[in-house]
Amino acid sequence: MMDLGRWIAGCVMTATLLLSGASVAQELRGTGDLAVVVERAAGTIQIVDTSAKAAVARVEGLGDLSHASVVFSRDARFAFVFGRDGGLTKVDLLTAAIAKRIVQAGNSIGGAISQDGRLVAVSNYDPGGVKVFDSETLELVADIPALSNAFNGPSKVVGLADAPGQRFVFSLYDAGEIWIADLSDPARPAITRFEDVGSQPYDALITDDGRHYIAGLFGEDGLALVDLWRPEAGARRILDGYGKGEEQLPVYKMPHLEGWARAGDLIFLPAVGRHEVLVLEAATWREVGRVKTHGQPVFAVARPDGRQVWVNFAHPKNDVVQVIDVESLEVIHELKPGKAVLHLEFSPRGEQLWLSVRDEDRIEAYDTRTFERLVQLPADKPSGIFMTARAHRIGL
Amino acid sequence: MLRLGAFAVASSVLLAATATGAGEPSATRKAELLHRLKHDCGSCHGLTMKGGLGPPLLPDRLAERSREELVAVILEGVPATPMPPWQGELSAAEAAWLVEVLQEGVPQ
Repeated sequence: MMDLGRWIAGCVMTATLLLSGASVAQELRGTGDLAVVVERAAGTIQIVDTSAKAAVARVEGLGDLSHASVVFSRDARFAFVFGRDGGLTKVDLLTAAIAKRIVQAGNSIGGAISQDGRLVAVSNYDPGGVKVFDSETLELVADIPALSNAFNGPSKVVGLADAPGQRFVFSLYDAGEIWIADLSDPARPAITRFEDVGSQPYDALITDDGRHYIAGLFGEDGLALVDLWRPEAGARRILDGYGKGEEQLPVYKMPHLEGWARAGDLIFLPAVGRHEVLVLEAATWREVGRVKTHGQPVFAVARPDGRQVWVNFAHPKNDVVQVIDVESLEVIHELKPGKAVLHLEFSPRGEQLWLSVRDEDRIEAYDTRTFERLVQLPADKPSGIFMTARAHRIGL
Repeated sequence: MLRLGAFAVASSVLLAATATGAGEPSATRKAELLHRLKHDCGSCHGLTMKGGLGPPLLPDRLAERSREELVAVILEGVPATPMPPWQGELSAAEAAWLVEVLQEGVPQ
């Protein structure tokens, strides 16, 4: 019965969206308050207006979006959607239409856009490596296979992020390396390799100033850090042995690192296999605290003003979201939006927090000051929520 | 045809249940398990089981491995990899049923 109800609701929603027209921009409008919501099972995205707090359109035919992420063009008009199946789709947010779509690999994990907005890079599992495309035409510009002496065959590439100076930085999961690719001359990428950074880097982030690249390690307790101002200094280990002597819990979902980790002088990172968020001092990279949490954190995301950090959790504790107060390092609020909260995204100035609740087939927005829920919108198995303000942020 | 199909499914489930010494999951539980397979297992192995950070779980790849071995992988995990032990979450009969679904191909 529930399912039938949901199905009917879904159909009504689809019809409404279709009726609302193929175009978001019946009148002139900006894109600065739009968000893209990934509907992972259906292979669709929704375009949501975060001012009106309403869905404006759905775009179909984006392939397998079971692990999808999005970056935006420099003018924030186009979204580049990276699908699991190697699909790279350029979506026009104003016409709600696919401008261009290619399938560039067999299996991919994420992407990034260059500082000048002209290059889009995709990190691939199969074949392992990074491919770089012209953001205008999606024509291949550079192919960087992740071949290294440390692993037999191409490595799966994770944690791809853009850095100032037309650089892309990424990690080789199988080989345990971090590479910087300088695409100043797109035809001849200049690669700097950091070998032996640690076992199984699984994801990474670049700090919001574009200076530090941090890769989380699944295979050991610690993270690898590269100072992009001083790459000649090499990669160094931080938080080495943060869980020493403690038994790690089974990890039912890999944590995600993203460039929203900094709150003032502190960096907040999810611990692997522990019910803890790790707190580092950005100046020294030393641990200054840990916050005990409800479950194993997946995302720890700082509100843009740095006053709060919101955290979601891995299965089976993924129905709860906790809010950490940055001054006291205490959990000050807990929400229970429903089963499988997959992603959190703040509005650019932080007054709203949007989250996706996969198993309840909806997205929700909250007032981050009062914690009141502002809206619930239907969405088909939603995962990532990406606001266009990312267009103007380093590392996103 | 229908009856024959039902018989074949029933007997293979019976085999699985016998192998693990436990009962077959209920219809409600099967729906839950299928959902979990697609969405939780799928976060590493892909929604369509074509692989991701974890290897593909497609029938041709699983054909060469015994059901018992695959049940053990699900319940105990694979050390030194991100594959966690699911035995706190799944019973042996549930793992056996999932292996059967995977070896036949997950309905899309």
